[in-house]
Amino acid sequence: MTESSHDENIELMTYSEIVEVKGFVGNFDVTIRKKPRYVDLTKCTGCGLCTEKCPAKVPSEWNLGMGLRKAIYKPFGQAVPNVPVIDKEHCTFFTKGKCKVCQKLCPAGAVDYEQQEEVVTKKFGAIIVATGFTQFDPSVYGEYGAGKFKDVITGLHLERMLDTSGPTGGHVVRPSDQKEPKNIVFIQCVGSRDESKGHPYCSRICCMYTAKQAILLKDHFPETQSYIFYIDIRAGGKNYEEFVKRAQREYGAIYIRGRVSKIYETNGNLIVRGVDTLTGKQVEIEADLVVLATAIVPQPDAIELAKVLNIPYDQYGFYSEAHPKLQPVESVTKGIFLTGSCQFPKDIPDSVATTGAASVRTCEILSKDELILDPKIAFVNPDICSGCLNCVEVCPFNAIESTVVDGRTVAQVIPTLCHGCGNCASTCRTSAVNVSGFTDDQIYAQVASVFEILKKESLLELSE
Amino acid sequence: MSYLNSQDIHKLRNRILSISGEDVSKCIQCGKCTAGCPISPEMDLQPNQVLRLIQINDEDALLRCSTIWICASCQTCSVRCPEEIDIAKIMDSLRKLALEAKIPVGEEKVVKFDEIFLDSIRKRGRVHELELVMKYNLALRQPFKDAHLGPVMFTRGKLGILGHKIKEVGKIKEIFKNSRRIKQME
Repeated sequence: MTESSHDENIELMTYSEIVEVKGFVGNFDVTIRKKPRYVDLTKCTGCGLCTEKCPAKVPSEWNLGMGLRKAIYKPFGQAVPNVPVIDKEHCTFFTKGKCKVCQKLCPAGAVDYEQQEEVVTKKFGAIIVATGFTQFDPSVYGEYGAGKFKDVITGLHLERMLDTSGPTGGHVVRPSDQKEPKNIVFIQCVGSRDESKGHPYCSRICCMYTAKQAILLKDHFPETQSYIFYIDIRAGGKNYEEFVKRAQREYGAIYIRGRVSKIYETNGNLIVRGVDTLTGKQVEIEADLVVLATAIVPQPDAIELAKVLNIPYDQYGFYSEAHPKLQPVESVTKGIFLTGSCQFPKDIPDSVATTGAASVRTCEILSKDELILDPKIAFVNPDICSGCLNCVEVCPFNAIESTVVDGRTVAQVIPTLCHGCGNCASTCRTSAVNVSGFTDDQIYAQVASVFEILKKESLLELSE
Repeated sequence: MSYLNSQDIHKLRNRILSISGEDVSKCIQCGKCTAGCPISPEMDLQPNQVLRLIQINDEDALLRCSTIWICASCQTCSVRCPEEIDIAKIMDSLRKLALEAKIPVGEEKVVKFDEIFLDSIRKRGRVHELELVMKYNLALRQPFKDAHLGPVMFTRGKLGILGHKIKEVGKIKEIFKNSRRIKQME
């Protein structure tokens, strides 16, 4: 990330949102809203004095509420650019009109409370979408008590605790009493593989990060014992299976094949009731800490962004690729590419690989003077087009626009956007729009010859 | 050993589907039904094993098991199933199949209890707890089994000596008559 901020060919626009995308491959007009961060990017040196002295404290989003951050802050240590942002909703100056501590102390004079939102429109040749994912809210599982029992946490909470620069400095503690947990129960597939919660897909990363967390826990705190309830161990990847085996053999993680049905509390400890389907018996474990491997779900505003970009998405809100096998990083809209978990749950190697692929695909477009397109696209015969523009309405790719020929309004196809679906051709009342290779005349000729064959072979009896 | 016969491997699955509308091929064997079942320790087949045996068409094992009879139909399994399979309904269907196949119910106590319970309903339109407990324990030749609970429940008003009747017992009797008639017709 830091490297990209130094590259002269890369312009970073952080804390910005895409408002509108117009145009087509090689020729996108993108309107971007740059939100005011109230700190001048060009002046700030990233010394961090403002953050240190800021009096307003807010639960940290990065640490999932397990620690505090200031109102002028960087979301996390390695954030790029190394410039803080003021959280207007919690800043004492913005809420009460008094304070200005950061402005007074800033040696570079970078704090600017007057900064305004900026909207810019720029031209781009291609777009790569990498908006990532968020995690499923497990509190809908009443039987697991997430949100009710403090010591039922998610894998991401544990991940933050295991981080040496995290809220607990790498020390794993029970949220309820800050004591070190001994028995830790992991529950896999919370939300994922669950039709009733609307996420029947596998989240793909949980099996591996749970094994990693079990290993780290044993490594850092040898007293701990991990129990992992799983439905299937999905360790398909280079050295993945061996990694899980290591968690079992060398780090003594107990894997229990079955799901948990209930967690309840007695004497401040959690009792986890599940099943070991391999022995066909119910099991109960007294746990100090329960870690839920929650499902990967799309960002809450994923569908909104898809509409701005005009790219399709699936029933869950993940973005759809043009072809699951042969065009895995291309969206259906030409010139827009997908990478990472905005498409479906991906682990780090997969995300890195698809990002590389998407980057190369954009180079392919940008390095050429001319684009090679599929010839099977729609064309308009302006002589018979009545200019009703019904075709504009039905086009799912916004590939038809109106133009004026000899003083008459007629439809015109934008070849780079057209996919040759034929919606326009079947809608056109005057047969002015046709798809190359599938013109009305060609299709009639095909139908006629099929009838000829059927008649010849007496497969069809026509009552005349 | 179970012999898997490809010819009618889906037979039981399809029968259950037609009786209950529940498709056991959705089951991913996560075991959450068994994990939450309050009767699980008493069962000879666990709920997830019941679903598995339907998947592999082991009718014999299923219709002779005690599980289908001691299932309390509390529906915890159905509510928590991630695949939204109504397992309690499948248990109902299996009981129906076992009765149709005239397989003797291994769980005598369950049959006795059901008989006494339904008898009470037929007579009063609702259950009379004291009568139910006494008749059931007498039938099982253990007359003093729950006797120690009696005084406590009585003082808290949980046990009526005479029991209650609903207003229109005749209508309940009619239901019983109709169901008997339907059974004869079948």
